[in-house]
Amino acid sequence: MEFNQNFILGCSAIGAGLAVIAGIGPGVGQGIAAGHAAGAVGRNPGAKSDITSTMLLGQAVAETTGLYGLLVAILLLFVKPLV
Amino acid sequence: MNFGILLSGSSDVDVMVHGLVSYQLFGQTVWITTTHVSLLLVVLILCGFSIAAGHAMKKGTEVPGGFQNVVELIVEKLGGMVDSTMGNSAPRFYNYIGTIFIFILFSNISGLLGLRPPTADYGVTFPLGVLTFILIHFNQFKYQKPGDIWKDMCSPLPPWLPIWFPINVISEIAVPISLSLRLFANILSGTIMMALIYGLLGVIATAWPAALHVYFDLFSGAIQTYVFCMLTMTYIKNAIGDEA
Repeated sequence: MEFNQNFILGCSAIGAGLAVIAGIGPGVGQGIAAGHAAGAVGRNPGAKSDITSTMLLGQAVAETTGLYGLLVAILLLFVKPLV
Repeated sequence: MNFGILLSGSSDVDVMVHGLVSYQLFGQTVWITTTHVSLLLVVLILCGFSIAAGHAMKKGTEVPGGFQNVVELIVEKLGGMVDSTMGNSAPRFYNYIGTIFIFILFSNISGLLGLRPPTADYGVTFPLGVLTFILIHFNQFKYQKPGDIWKDMCSPLPPWLPIWFPINVISEIAVPISLSLRLFANILSGTIMMALIYGLLGVIATAWPAALHVYFDLFSGAIQTYVFCMLTMTYIKNAIGDEA
């Protein structure tokens, strides 16, 4: 079956939009990490710098899956592999 | 018809790597791209800084002042970071971690100077990930016995039943890929956001995008640099094990 190029581009844009839904997961995960870090600072204010660096490291790792979705979206929009 | 119109209302949005000069190498067309140029500028600036720092330290005084103070602060902070993560194997990694930290940090914030950040090109971040991968496995084979490595690679099951071996191999190979993709995607998304703001808003985008630069270039770049170095150190520390 032969598809119009505009149709494929439109479907790519929809796919890119669907791909960045992956951002929900890291958002929830980073929120949980930040909440627990805030609780930890409340219990032990002396360890604030250690807690902050651990939290940032964990959040950056949790962010990876969302970034994969973002990369798929960027590839679909800018590189246009399906056209 | 210009299909770029799907992305944006204007043709000013420019986030891609551009080829500048092409030449033939073994029958392949190879391009010198904008990444090479910005990488060269970053390396030249860092070389100038290093020469100035070495000069300042050569005629350093007991009580540091001015530029010597800055250099000593940088070295002290980087050393402290490596020390706190790697324990007693830290002294052998001061140089490497310090080098990649300063290089990645300056590459990330070079968007402020109007360059396209070199780290927004997968060809720059992937070799950094591969270097980490090589260091992990070099140190693993240097400090652990082959039997222990084999036991580790078959880990949830006993060593005589290597069903999990291929899965562990894949998870080892995923380390450099996820490290480099994390850095690349963060910096690329910052670059795209800034390009969209400048390209789409036009004259409205005056002065206030400076606040966004602080987030996308400075904060995000610094966090990703820290994360890359931190993960590199953690992986190497795990590979070395406890005894060394």
